[in-house]
Amino acid sequence: MHTGSLLLLVLTLGSAVAAMSLRNLVHCALCAAITFLCLAAYFLALSAEFVGFAQILVYVGAVAILIVIAILVTRDIAERGEPLVFKPWILGVGVAVLVAGSLVSAVTSSALARDPLPPAPTATVEAIGEKLMTHYVVPLEVIGLLLTVALLGAVLLARPQKEGGNRP
Amino acid sequence: MANALDQIFVNLKHWLLAWFPSAWQPLISMVISAAAIIAVFGSLFAVTTLAERKGLGRIQNRPGPNRVGPFGILQPLADAVKMLTKESIMPQVADRFIFFLAPTMMLIPTLLSFAVLPYGRNMAAVDFDAGLLFFFAVGASIEMSVFMAGWSSRNKLALLGAMRAIAQMICYELPLILSSVTVVMVTGSLSLGQIVDSQAGFHGGWLARWHVFTPWGLAGFLLFMTAATAESNRAPFDLPEGESELVAGHLIEYSGFKYALFFMGEYFGMMAVSGLGITLFLGGWRAPVAGLDWVPSYLWFFGKLGVCIAVFIWVRGTLPRLRADQLMNFAWKFMLPLTLINLVAAAVWHYTGVWSFGGAAAVRWLLGAALIGVPYVVLGRALYTGHGHGPRTYRYAT
Amino acid sequence: MMSLQSYLILAALLFSIGLAGALTRRNAVLVLVGIELMLNAANLNFIAFWRFGPHPEALTGILFALFSIGIAAAEAAVGLSLIIAIQRHYQTTSLDRVDSLKG
Repeated sequence: MHTGSLLLLVLTLGSAVAAMSLRNLVHCALCAAITFLCLAAYFLALSAEFVGFAQILVYVGAVAILIVIAILVTRDIAERGEPLVFKPWILGVGVAVLVAGSLVSAVTSSALARDPLPPAPTATVEAIGEKLMTHYVVPLEVIGLLLTVALLGAVLLARPQKEGGNRP
Repeated sequence: MANALDQIFVNLKHWLLAWFPSAWQPLISMVISAAAIIAVFGSLFAVTTLAERKGLGRIQNRPGPNRVGPFGILQPLADAVKMLTKESIMPQVADRFIFFLAPTMMLIPTLLSFAVLPYGRNMAAVDFDAGLLFFFAVGASIEMSVFMAGWSSRNKLALLGAMRAIAQMICYELPLILSSVTVVMVTGSLSLGQIVDSQAGFHGGWLARWHVFTPWGLAGFLLFMTAATAESNRAPFDLPEGESELVAGHLIEYSGFKYALFFMGEYFGMMAVSGLGITLFLGGWRAPVAGLDWVPSYLWFFGKLGVCIAVFIWVRGTLPRLRADQLMNFAWKFMLPLTLINLVAAAVWHYTGVWSFGGAAAVRWLLGAALIGVPYVVLGRALYTGHGHGPRTYRYAT
Repeated sequence: MMSLQSYLILAALLFSIGLAGALTRRNAVLVLVGIELMLNAANLNFIAFWRFGPHPEALTGILFALFSIGIAAAEAAVGLSLIIAIQRHYQTTSLDRVDSLKG
């Protein structure tokens, strides 16, 4: 395999593991941002340019910043002496290993994944826009509504309560 | 002759490429473009630091640096030597890796964003189909570096400054992107080369069809430049790094070369976003009047860039700093509604383009100006009431 | 350029890493990071299938991934504000302390 793609593979998996296993929360969040960037690189390698740039704009530019701000506001950065994981953590890791095993065996046993490489498709922004406005216009409007509701909900939930209890 | 001068750098690059075997040519092409961009903008950065200090000095009725070389011309050289030889202090409790990485994380996205700007005819380093989205995506990565700088210093003031800087940058990203969406809507493409091409031709044979010569374009340009000033943390939006506020905000613990890298990143960001504003609204490398299009295209681009930088320096020396809450109010309650109304005005301008009766242009201009001007005045008045003029009251500690 | 199989295996591994983190970490914010990793792995799957599968001109994979990115952003915002509200109430973000409904 090309050294570049090997490096990207190692970086992606390494930063994902680091994001889930480091003690310092801000380091975890920054490793997650690195994983998002590596995934954007994969999207670009798969000639999905629009999705790659949208991934950087949304995930690295917004979601990662939200995560670090939430970590700082909740201020539990590195609790010395507190355990990092739950007591029966081996169960969680076991479930994840089982899921990985079943997915990988499903992929390797299927003939679909061994078909020859088709030529690179072009996804121009114009084509994406046309699809969004014709076939997918209802999901587009619904996601606008969803984002508005999420914005209002997030602001309401995180507001400081004046006298305790549930104030709408 | 004019065409040869216009394409001189393109031809130079092709000539240099011909020396290499064709398997290496894509890589060498990228290296040449990157080296050219870094060289040009690096020297522009040095000139801008000097111009800023002299300009600010003259605005403040003092001469600015004039010791090093005639009229202080060699001052950037002295600054570089100072920055390189200064001791680079790192706090003992600082997070070493992130502290080291933050300045480079600031510089890399801004250098990347230079790659999509068209500097002249056929002179964009890469022309993505979604070039504008690429620009904003790498611009959003700068906020991560600001946070990294503030947090890794393990200094409460630095963290506070970083949080305020991030809040400001996120706030002003929205008017920035929305005012450029207006241009995308009219042009129908996210590719910066096509946006420049859509500003070709001349009104009535002499005035260029730049977007800034339309009501929505003028309003959009002003909104874009205001949001750009805020995005690059320039005055009057330089609360994150004003010396009288939080010392230097997220840059408190940085000294020496790392501080120079942050400084460079900030200036590069300012130049990149001005370059984008020029591409979107001022016709990129196109000439303003039909008689002057023999001047090479890159000279037009860099001339307009120089004017934009001069205006930035002028605004810095003139306007006072905005407070944090004034800044947020301005972004959310004033600029965001205006950018949305600007979208409507652009649509109205586009659909009334078919009018051809006498005086149609004047009517369209009046319609556009009313559509944008009335909310401008109403919103401005609405935000101002409550802080109206009145006798000042002072509270003394007794 | 890897084959479809290697992209799918990479996505499966990323998904299981995110799942392991979401199931084992005590801090609520890291559970959310795990969920975002899982969503990203699914997006990689969609784009890989769009690239290598039949009818790429229908752009199904790309549009699904775009909507998924949008929804993930909304979900991260709401989830993090929930965590802030919970922290204000229980004074902790460790999920094993938030157990007042336990029988």
